Amino acid sequence: MKTFAELNFPGRLIAVEGLDGSGKSTQIYLLKRWLEAEGIKVYFSEWNSSELVKSATSKGKKRELLTPTTFSLIHATDFADRYERHLLPLLRAGYVVLCDRYVFTAFGRDVVRGCPPEWVRAIYSFAAQPDLTFFFKADLEVSLNRILEGRPKLKFFEAGMDLRLSSDPYESFRIFQGRILEQYMAMSTEFDFVVMDANQNVETQQTAVRKLVSERIDLERFRRSSPLPLPPAMQRTNKVEEMEEDSAA
Amino acid sequence: MNQANLVKANAGQTSHRRFYGHGIPRVQLEDLAGKLIVVEGADGSGRSTQIARLVDWLETSGHATVQVGLKRSTLVSAELDKAQEGNILSRTTLSLFYATDFADQLENIILPALKAGFIVLSDRYIYTLMARDMVRGMDEGWLKNLYGIALEPDAVFYLEVGAEELVQRNLSKKAALDYWESGMDLGLSRDMFDSFLKYQMNMQAVFRQLQKIYGFTIVDGNRSVETITETLWGKIRALLAEK
Repeated sequence: MKTFAELNFPGRLIAVEGLDGSGKSTQIYLLKRWLEAEGIKVYFSEWNSSELVKSATSKGKKRELLTPTTFSLIHATDFADRYERHLLPLLRAGYVVLCDRYVFTAFGRDVVRGCPPEWVRAIYSFAAQPDLTFFFKADLEVSLNRILEGRPKLKFFEAGMDLRLSSDPYESFRIFQGRILEQYMAMSTEFDFVVMDANQNVETQQTAVRKLVSERIDLERFRRSSPLPLPPAMQRTNKVEEMEEDSAA
Repeated sequence: MNQANLVKANAGQTSHRRFYGHGIPRVQLEDLAGKLIVVEGADGSGRSTQIARLVDWLETSGHATVQVGLKRSTLVSAELDKAQEGNILSRTTLSLFYATDFADQLENIILPALKAGFIVLSDRYIYTLMARDMVRGMDEGWLKNLYGIALEPDAVFYLEVGAEELVQRNLSKKAALDYWESGMDLGLSRDMFDSFLKYQMNMQAVFRQLQKIYGFTIVDGNRSVETITETLWGKIRALLAEK
């Protein structure tokens, strides 16, 4: 898997990965705010957000129609749509693209759901590797508590109830997240994850994130000649919304 | 061949069922008692007509049937229609969307029906999906992996009709050519008539290529409806007699 830099794209892609409740969405949101303030051409894309595919995904989830195979394929469709229509052209145009979750989310979840790893990976083989992937690693209990405290009602697929791990959604969620964490850890070296200690406070983590981004990416190259006002669609995005969407997967 | 080998060979025959790749997790192949029959071909090749006749004949003979086809899943058919109207999806996305539609029907209709001993008639299958993508330059290996979920049918009939004849049939039916069936997204020609001919010829070439891999039966679709039905009946009768 080659990075966008290795493929000579003018743009760069930064991805964040981690369990629900690891705080990754907060971190990438703050990174985006900083890059925007710096006048960098930046675009943010989140998992499971392609307009067209979304209605099918949410129908599938609400009516519990999805099997491991269709769950995997519908997310791949969503990703492909964003990848081909937004990410690629923006990367060609020299943007810094920020992704809240990338193919590794599928590699982890789909495999936990029982899809063969080679099958899932080959499906996503059209996607290049991010230039920088942050993995926010919190203790399993910390992530679980963040989610379970805030929103006591867990959704069917979010809790991994389709895997029949336990009839108790909370117990199922715990087992499911634990298995995904194992998958992430196994991928960490292979895909060159920058492992962040997500047990630290928000500010400490963000300082580290910004430092690493400026070291690894020559941000000067991505600066707008003159700062542009943000389009309304981007201003609208707020943190709370992102956190909710994220765990809808 | 001695008796023991013969028995073994027969046993091998009854459990010939297989997925093309890893398939669907937790499916017991030997439980799939029904038959999966696929009819492939372009629009205007007589697919639907033949399937309707097969259903008639099978049901009259006491067989329970179920029909499936492209873009008929509960999960994504509406969204897929919408996407195609606006022609807004790029090729990998469209390909995966169709694969989702296929997988949904495979798991929720085809496999359960086969388990219940039904005869499943599929109006096109993964071959059309693969051919469309291959004509658009997508990687064959990628597609094979993707459709490794598919069950190998008991019979696949590809109704082959010449491109010129397809034009005539489509025009006499709808007085228009379909955008996608003309491959207009490929920019083969700005002229729809020309594009249709070129696209259908490309599709036929790819189908011939796929036939070598998947070994389906090529049926001359230029003949009369009755003659084609006779051909299909003959093959299906033999298939049903197998069990």
